[in-house]
Amino acid sequence: MAQTILKTRDLSIRFGGVTAVDGVNIEAAENELIGLIGPNGAGKTTLFNLLTGVYSPSEGEVLLFDGQQLANVNRQSPAKRARLGVARTFQNIRLFESRTVLENVMIAMNSSTQAHVFSSLFRLPSFYKNEEQLKNEARKLLSIFDMLEVQDTLATNLPYGQQRRLEIVRALATKPKILFLDEPAAGMNPQETADLTRLIKQVQQEFKMTIILIEHDMNLVMAVSERLYVLEYGKLLASGTPLEIQQNADVIRAYLGENNE
Amino acid sequence: MDQAHIKYTLSWASLAAMGFILIFVAQMVGLIGHYGITTIALIGINIIAALGLNLVVGISGQFSLGHAGFMAIGAYATALVMEVVPGIIGFILGMAAGIVVSGVIALIVGIPTLRLRGDYLAIATLGFAEIIRIVIMNLKITNGPAGIFGIAPFVSWQLVYIPAVITLIIVVNFVRSMPGRAIIAVRDNEIAAESLGINTTKYKVIAFVTGALFAAMAGSLRASFIQSIAPKDYAFMQSIMILIIIVIGGIGSMSGTVVTAIALGVLDTMLQNFGSLRMVIYAVILIAVMLVRPQGIFGSRELSLKKWLFDEGDGHGSDNTENA
Repeated sequence: MAQTILKTRDLSIRFGGVTAVDGVNIEAAENELIGLIGPNGAGKTTLFNLLTGVYSPSEGEVLLFDGQQLANVNRQSPAKRARLGVARTFQNIRLFESRTVLENVMIAMNSSTQAHVFSSLFRLPSFYKNEEQLKNEARKLLSIFDMLEVQDTLATNLPYGQQRRLEIVRALATKPKILFLDEPAAGMNPQETADLTRLIKQVQQEFKMTIILIEHDMNLVMAVSERLYVLEYGKLLASGTPLEIQQNADVIRAYLGENNE
Repeated sequence: MDQAHIKYTLSWASLAAMGFILIFVAQMVGLIGHYGITTIALIGINIIAALGLNLVVGISGQFSLGHAGFMAIGAYATALVMEVVPGIIGFILGMAAGIVVSGVIALIVGIPTLRLRGDYLAIATLGFAEIIRIVIMNLKITNGPAGIFGIAPFVSWQLVYIPAVITLIIVVNFVRSMPGRAIIAVRDNEIAAESLGINTTKYKVIAFVTGALFAAMAGSLRASFIQSIAPKDYAFMQSIMILIIIVIGGIGSMSGTVVTAIALGVLDTMLQNFGSLRMVIYAVILIAVMLVRPQGIFGSRELSLKKWLFDEGDGHGSDNTENA
C-alpha cells in the first residue's frame, strides 16, 4: 500500500447557519488520481479551499504527509502549504495577466529558488546566471506541454484552453506532491477536453504526483480517476472506483433525482 | 553577463552621463541660471520620491496616500541630526537616520494596514501621514508649525542627480528580479500568488518599506537643498503632487515617472509668469492629459533603448519592453 499523503478527519466548515462541508473523511495516497464529484453547491470547491488553506475548518483536521508523518496543517496558510507540496488551479482562471507565459511559470518557481537581492539590484554576473537557469527550467516545463512557442505571449492574450493549460503548468512549476484541479475542463470544447484528459494522465505519469480533481464532465472523470469521492450537501455520499460509483444507487439518486413512479 | 547586456548597460549609462554633462555645460556657459538649477534639483528630488511611490502604487498595487509622511520623516531627521553633528558628516548621518526611521515606521504601519485594499488603504495611509505632520507640528524639538531654518546646504544639483540615477537603477532592477516579479504576481492575483507559495504580506511590506526609504531620501535631500522645512511642506498636497507624477507618467512605468517629473517641473517653471492663473492652467493640462491618455503617457510600458539603438524589437529580450 502506497503512503497516504493527504487525509482529513471529520472536516467541517460552517458559514453562518450553513454547513458547507460536513464531517468529511477522505484520504489520498501517493501518485493516486482521485475524482471529486457532486451536484452544484455540494461543497466541492469549499473542500478544496479547506485542503489548500484558503479556509480553516470549523471542526476536524487536515493532515499532510511531511516526509515522516501525517502532520496537522489546519493553521498553515496557503503559501505555507504550497511550500509543503500543495499546488492548485482555480475554477475561474487566475493567471498573472500582465505577465508573459514564461514569467507566469518563473513566478511559480520563486519559492523554490533562492532570491539574491544584492546581485539582482546591481546586476552582478550571478544574477544573469540565475535568471538564465530559471528561464531554461521554465522553458523545459513549457516545452513538455507544447507551450514553448507562446512563451512571450501575455497570459491574458492566450486562448481559453491554453490559459487553463498554463495554470496547470504554473502549478507544476512549484514541484508539488499533490495537485488540486478545480474543474479544469469547465468551458472547454470536446477537442480541448480530450487534450486535457491526455494531459492529466501525462502529468500523473511523468511527474509522479497525487492529483485530486473536481469535474462535471463525467467522461473525463471516469476516464482518468482511479477512485472517486461523491459529495452531496457537504457530506460524503459515496466513494469507490468509477465503476462502483456509476452503479451506486445513492449517487444515481443525487444526480437524477428520486424515482417517484 | 554577455555582450548584449554590456552594450545595453553602457548605452543607458552614457545617456545618464550625457544628461549630467548637458546640465553641467549649460550651467557653465550661463544657459541655466540659479533658478534653472533649483528647478533641476527639485525635479531630481521629485523623481526619487515618485519612483519610490511607483514601486508601492504601480508595481505592488497598494494605493498609498501617505508618501509625504515618509518624506517628512527623512527631512526632519536630517535637519535634527545636522543641528547636533555639524558638517557633511552630519548630513550623511541625518539622511541615514531618516532612511532607517522611515523604514522602521513603514514596517510598523505597513504590517497592519497592507491587509486593507484600495480605498481603505488609501485612507489609512493618508491618516498616517497626517499623524506624522501633526506630531511634527506639536513637538518642541521640531519647532512646531514654524519649522526649522538655516539647514546647512550640502546638496547641489549634482548631489541630487546621482542619487536619482541610482534610485532609478535600483528600482528598475528590483522590478525585474525575482522579488519584483513576486510583488507583481501579488498585484495581478493575490490568491493565485499565495497558492504558489508566495508570502503575499511579506512582499507587499517589502514594496511599501522600499518606497518609504526612497521617500525619506528625497525628503532628506530636499531639506538640505531648500535649507528650511516646515510641516506644511509635507501636507496631503505633497503626497498628491507625487501621485500625480506617477499617474500622468503611467502607473507602473518607471521611465514614465522620470519623463513626467521632468515635464511637470519644466511646466511649473514656465507657468511662474502667470501668477495666480498658474495652478488653473496646470490643472487644466492635467485634466487634458487624463482625458486623452487615461492610462498615463507611457501606460505600463517602459522606454526601450534596445528598440531604438539596436533594433532588436521584443524578441527574447522581453526584460525591456513591458507590453501593456
